[in-house]
Amino acid sequence: MSLNILEISYLIASLTFIVGLKMLSHPDSARKGNLIAAAGMLIAIIATLTLFQDFDEDKMLNYALIFGGLIIGTFIGTIMAKKVQMTAMPQMVSFFNGMGGACAALIAIIEYQHHQHTTVTGFDGELLVMLLGLLIGSVSFSGSMIAYGKLEGKIKDKVLPMNQAINMILLGAIVVLIIYQLFAESTPLEFYILLGLALVYGVLFVMPIGGADMPVVISLLNSFTGMAAAFGGFLYDNKAMLTGGILVGSAGTILTILMCNAMNRSLTNVLLGAFGGATGGQPKSQTGDQTVREISISDTAVLLSYSQNVVIVPGYGLAVAQAQHTCHELEKLLEEKGVEVNYAIHPVAGRMPGHMNVLLAEADVPYEKLQEMEEINPKLANADVVVVIGANDVVNPAAKNDPSSPIYGMPILEVDQAKNIIILKRGMSAGYAGIENELFFYPKTRMLFGDAKDSLQKLTAEVKEV
Amino acid sequence: MEDLLNYIGENMEMIYFLVLAILLGVEVISNVPAILHTPLMSGANAIHGVVVVGAIIVMLQASPDNYLALSVGFLAVIVGTLNVIGGFVVTDRMLEMFKKKPKKS
Repeated sequence: MSLNILEISYLIASLTFIVGLKMLSHPDSARKGNLIAAAGMLIAIIATLTLFQDFDEDKMLNYALIFGGLIIGTFIGTIMAKKVQMTAMPQMVSFFNGMGGACAALIAIIEYQHHQHTTVTGFDGELLVMLLGLLIGSVSFSGSMIAYGKLEGKIKDKVLPMNQAINMILLGAIVVLIIYQLFAESTPLEFYILLGLALVYGVLFVMPIGGADMPVVISLLNSFTGMAAAFGGFLYDNKAMLTGGILVGSAGTILTILMCNAMNRSLTNVLLGAFGGATGGQPKSQTGDQTVREISISDTAVLLSYSQNVVIVPGYGLAVAQAQHTCHELEKLLEEKGVEVNYAIHPVAGRMPGHMNVLLAEADVPYEKLQEMEEINPKLANADVVVVIGANDVVNPAAKNDPSSPIYGMPILEVDQAKNIIILKRGMSAGYAGIENELFFYPKTRMLFGDAKDSLQKLTAEVKEV
Repeated sequence: MEDLLNYIGENMEMIYFLVLAILLGVEVISNVPAILHTPLMSGANAIHGVVVVGAIIVMLQASPDNYLALSVGFLAVIVGTLNVIGGFVVTDRMLEMFKKKPKKS
């Protein structure tokens, strides 16, 4: 009786995951979708706690530990999620994802201990599922932690010599170990070697990938954790785990591909760091024959104040400098002076696709002012001034004009159509694509060097004076 | 080889389920606007936190004197819960930013 109720609860949970995910992919219903999935999760957890029956030993200690774990996890999770800055969202997502991966790996470790006593001869499907759960969970955990560290700025991009080759060798060793364990006598030693290799692989897998490609990697690791959870579902014949895990696994894979498409890059390109990662850090210094022209804060303030139509292009630099509030302040000030101000949002602006919308919404920028690429591009020719804040590749005309450019074909904001272009930037370093932006050398372009937040603050003060 | 086929045969129901769920995941997510990529990723992240159910099952099955299993399981419950709670709360916070604002497709 109670076992049937348990199964029905899992069915309900599975349904809420499907419905929730579907609703999350539409702007109107997204928030409700999230809550529905959360309610389903609560049902699954409570049902498991109250209805799951195994054997009737005295389990008081176990229950105490489970509740303790749930309380501690809830407490820490809520505090972290509530306190995190909106700009730090990508690393937070990555961190939580890593926790899920760790959970899957830990389950596999305990199950393995358990499994040891009931060794089967010949091919052992249960062991295979366990090993895959361990492998994918561990890779997801260590990879996510590296991604977290990189986005926090605690870990620098580093490429080991022969990184790809080492990764391949590691992967080969992992496959061999799994096959060996399946067909030969499995011993704990190999199991723990596998665990170690998987953890190292996760680190080396993410290490060489450039910061701007991180969202794609996080999304990929997200789908990995989904798969690891699904293997757990397979192991326990638990449909809620299976649906939840595999839905995220497949949806996450599609999402990863969508993100790659938005940047006009293939997944292999991102993972192998064909451009980006390895070279992203060092600007190319072949600009000898071209000169850029600088503009002062006060000139910028005057130019902006006497314009009629200003378009702001927010980018990665704005997110890093956390300058969205200052930016909104400047926008309000200009509006008071009768200047029309709009924001042009590239699909991959910010640190993740859609991240910029979240950031600007946080700073109370009115939604109508945020214009998507297709919407604003035809209007850019009418703009008196375009202010590019920390965006680089998304405004690079090479994507349109230069077939030899690695970003050729990527949809861009056509700011080169505007009458004046002002670019706020720290220095002349190239964007994550590691390529020069010819826009910087256009006669109508002026550079305003400095930290985005600092420049914007000074600019706001100056505009007040005008 | 026979063992492998046997295993597949025994779990055919789950395998069907798996295949259908994969296709469903692909179907559910298609046509999502870029503006929602981040919240969607985060929401999906919270959903795979269902792995915590597995951690609870592991704990319920562990015998009370198996301290290794109990401590590893305890840790698994904590990190799994972190994934679930953190994921849902963060997603809600992000989506809250969009509230009261007219929809744009």
